Amino acid sequence: MALAEDTNPMQGFKWVGSRPIRPDGFDKVTGRAKFGADLVLPGMLTGAVLRSPHAHAEIVSIDTSDAEAMPGVKSVVTGADFPEPYGKPAEQDVQRNVMAREKALYEGHVIAAVAALTREQARAALGAIKVTYKVLPHVMNVTEAMADSAVVIHDNMITKNVDPAPEAPSNVASRTVFDGGELDKGFAEADVVVEREFTTKPVHQGYIEPHAAVADTTPDGRSTVWCSSQGHFAMRTYTSNVLGWDASRLKVIPAEIGGGFGGKTVIYLEPLAVRLSQKAGRPVRIVMDRDEVFRASGPTSGASLRVKIGAKNDGTITAADVWMAFEAGAFAGSPVGAASMTALAPYKLENFKIEGFDVVVNKPKVAAYRAPGAPISSFGVESVLDEVATKVGMDPIDFRMHNAVEQGDTATYGPKFPVIGFKETLQAIKDHPNYTAELGPNQGRGVASGFWFNAGMNSTATVNINDDGTATVVTGSPDIGGSRASMALMAAEELGIDVVSIKPVVADTETVGFNDVTGGSRVTLATGAAVVEACRIIVADLKARAAKGWDIEADQVEWVDGRAQPIDGSQPAVSLAELAKNWGRTGGPISATYSHNARGVGAAFSTQVCDLEVDPDTGRVTVLRYLTAQDAGRAIHPSYVEGQLQGGVAQGIGWALNEEYIHNDDGVMENPGFLDYRIPVASDLPMIDTVIVEVPNPAHPYGVRGVGEVGIVPPLAAVANAVAAAADRRITDLPLSPVRILDAILNSED
Amino acid sequence: MAEVHFTADLRSFTGGVSDVSVEASTVRQLIRALDELYPGLGERLSEGTSVAINGEIIADATYEELPPDAEVHFLETLAGG
Amino acid sequence: MTKIHVTSEINGDEVEFLTEPNVSLLNALRDEVGLTGVKEGCGTGDCGACSVLLNDELNAACLVFAPEADGAEILTVEGLSDGDHLHPLQQCFLEGAALQCGICTPGFLVAAKALLDKNPDPTETEIRYALAGNLCRCTGYDKIIRAVQDAAAQMQEA
Repeated sequence: MALAEDTNPMQGFKWVGSRPIRPDGFDKVTGRAKFGADLVLPGMLTGAVLRSPHAHAEIVSIDTSDAEAMPGVKSVVTGADFPEPYGKPAEQDVQRNVMAREKALYEGHVIAAVAALTREQARAALGAIKVTYKVLPHVMNVTEAMADSAVVIHDNMITKNVDPAPEAPSNVASRTVFDGGELDKGFAEADVVVEREFTTKPVHQGYIEPHAAVADTTPDGRSTVWCSSQGHFAMRTYTSNVLGWDASRLKVIPAEIGGGFGGKTVIYLEPLAVRLSQKAGRPVRIVMDRDEVFRASGPTSGASLRVKIGAKNDGTITAADVWMAFEAGAFAGSPVGAASMTALAPYKLENFKIEGFDVVVNKPKVAAYRAPGAPISSFGVESVLDEVATKVGMDPIDFRMHNAVEQGDTATYGPKFPVIGFKETLQAIKDHPNYTAELGPNQGRGVASGFWFNAGMNSTATVNINDDGTATVVTGSPDIGGSRASMALMAAEELGIDVVSIKPVVADTETVGFNDVTGGSRVTLATGAAVVEACRIIVADLKARAAKGWDIEADQVEWVDGRAQPIDGSQPAVSLAELAKNWGRTGGPISATYSHNARGVGAAFSTQVCDLEVDPDTGRVTVLRYLTAQDAGRAIHPSYVEGQLQGGVAQGIGWALNEEYIHNDDGVMENPGFLDYRIPVASDLPMIDTVIVEVPNPAHPYGVRGVGEVGIVPPLAAVANAVAAAADRRITDLPLSPVRILDAILNSED
Repeated sequence: MAEVHFTADLRSFTGGVSDVSVEASTVRQLIRALDELYPGLGERLSEGTSVAINGEIIADATYEELPPDAEVHFLETLAGG
Repeated sequence: MTKIHVTSEINGDEVEFLTEPNVSLLNALRDEVGLTGVKEGCGTGDCGACSVLLNDELNAACLVFAPEADGAEILTVEGLSDGDHLHPLQQCFLEGAALQCGICTPGFLVAAKALLDKNPDPTETEIRYALAGNLCRCTGYDKIIRAVQDAAAQMQEA
């Protein structure tokens, strides 16, 4: 078949920028790939988890004696089976989130767990555990939680970053502020000022694979854990912390991971499986049901925002004032800090203030979700910017271009930008035919831009040359969306051998050096750079070995297309395969490891345009066209870069139009399934058009920028701006469900 | 000399001062010097902060060398998805 | 509980297994037959990860009791390829990068086969509605739809 149109001419590279079949693909289209729930061990038990039915309750007593006597039950664990919470506050929060202690802090909070011979026996035993609760009042959103009369969830929570520090505890964990210039002066200079309030609901990452863990704990107090996660080294760190064990007692083997989007950078089941297995003396597998995934694993924050922006008639933004409060769930740690840093980052601004609050509520502890926080703040800011652009009579792309940051401009979060490609994304949208496609009645077009940092962090790669000149590239970065292919392509480029001669491997915690999680858009950049550096060590080694054979200095040898050759051409070139065959006489096997805390993280920008139609009779939105332009620095495997762009957009459209956590008055989630928590399906979406902009990141060997996350930042506002255009009224509360849109249409026609 | 710029959150430690020039050749030296100027700030900067040196954000930057006239910002360490 | 003896033709082979009456076909295929290519995403028929063909009809295996499969023909993703020769859908998914994490891929492949068996030349809209019962959170569906279009074109030519 024809491959997708090549948006990335190869720019002097042989492999980088090409689109080979991913090496792990064959296992994934034939059902062979082993995901978290697929592992079976001899004698393996099935675990099940008892969860709090209350949003906020004191746990008065737990009696597991009847459950332990049930048929087939082999072990039961409660909070008493884990160390008393210890260590840093954030560590204690994880310990308490994995297993409730004095209080259940949200519906779904773990109370106990059981392992039995069968799934049915384990579930029956959960019903026999007697828990006495004293139900407490609950708070479910930032408005309730910040009220003076609110019940305080943690009686030791004193708001951080408030001067002077408050004396009384509250549900506000911290405050964060970024500012510059003088707001009053800025607004005084403005010809146009728009101020709006917004709300968003918690939304779930929505990975299709539920959390799963298998543990096999042996009598010597060691355990092997198989789990589906974004980082098995991080799982080892967190799990050993919760258990109070040395990390060396845990071996964590990465299963294939069925989607994460940030939600699998944290632990839930692993410590339970380890302890159940230890007490039973047999391996234990626990797999969450879908409703448990919704009730107890990481959504991202619901939020309230107030955004006020002023501009001159020529389109220059003169001032911006942003106030945000984010739900953190039951423990501190919403992404309001990142939301604050990204909110206004795409624009040159002298006078601004961004104030954010991290607020605990009786909902599951939020987990990272793709560019955590940025979509929420961007929704408010880019919605208001849309109105400002309209009021000053400017095209929304021209308006953004007029204010856009470029290299050397100071970001609202402080530092100056390095080489960035924001303006290029704006231009790419403007140049695309979608931007001038004709719109019919009830149709509207919306534009929005977004920024995300990307991460570097720690990575290790080992490259082993095989005795026939092929290679194995070993990393510890789980492959969520094609990263094995990227690693192989970069290694092929460096070594000069065919990409199919390279086997990329994701190894367990005992087989390769430490790697941080696959997250923060960091793997192609950071783990990729480690692969490149390890390959360069190998190439230097190969050149030295070839030089020995020619009795010349290594610096007189060059590496061209997989072969060593003397620079002066005095000898015929010698291939990697020949050098490998003779390694015994030139110094032994050829292998290199490179570890680093990656430098040179490149900032990422995306601009998007959405065309949609609003049915005025039902409020239903149909997305007609969608275009995203994103700076990838350089696309290593363009198909999977496009995939990241398209996937982020689809999640963002779901966030904008359909998705929300719905809780009843008791604080119980009413839609914990895919029928009622409706993520976009194939018939909801059009093709998602992509433009890969390539402004290379000068700090990376191939110019890579992370591409995984920023694509989800603009869609909320792009969709909302398009709905505002199509329906001729602005709705500021997400999701833009048919009910909400119809309500706005009917009520403003009164 | 390193030019340090403080965010609003950090200005509560500096009595409102937003920019300061400090003699330091590594981030660790810089944090020590800042703690002498503004007692308590050192501890705050040592927990969960990334450092931007001339615009490049680096996590765990304690031992990072500072080029002459480096522009330094201390930022919250962020989680990615 | 007394187990029930079930005989089915699974991926072309006669297979016998024992199951309890309240066990889903999904769990029986995974736990008793060892076909873990059939995935569980929800257990409530909403995600399509456990799509199988039951007597040539597309079904969510989590909504079928295992004993109902007695005497039935079942096709799972494991039965899609012919030896080491991939089905055109599998090949087109690979070449078109129509998978990222891969957890939904088996279900999509089976659902797409069910579509092409009945409608060898579907429109984009027909593909989108035929696959609307299969959730993918990674791709935004674009490359999946294109892969099915490519496979249909190849199979038409063949």
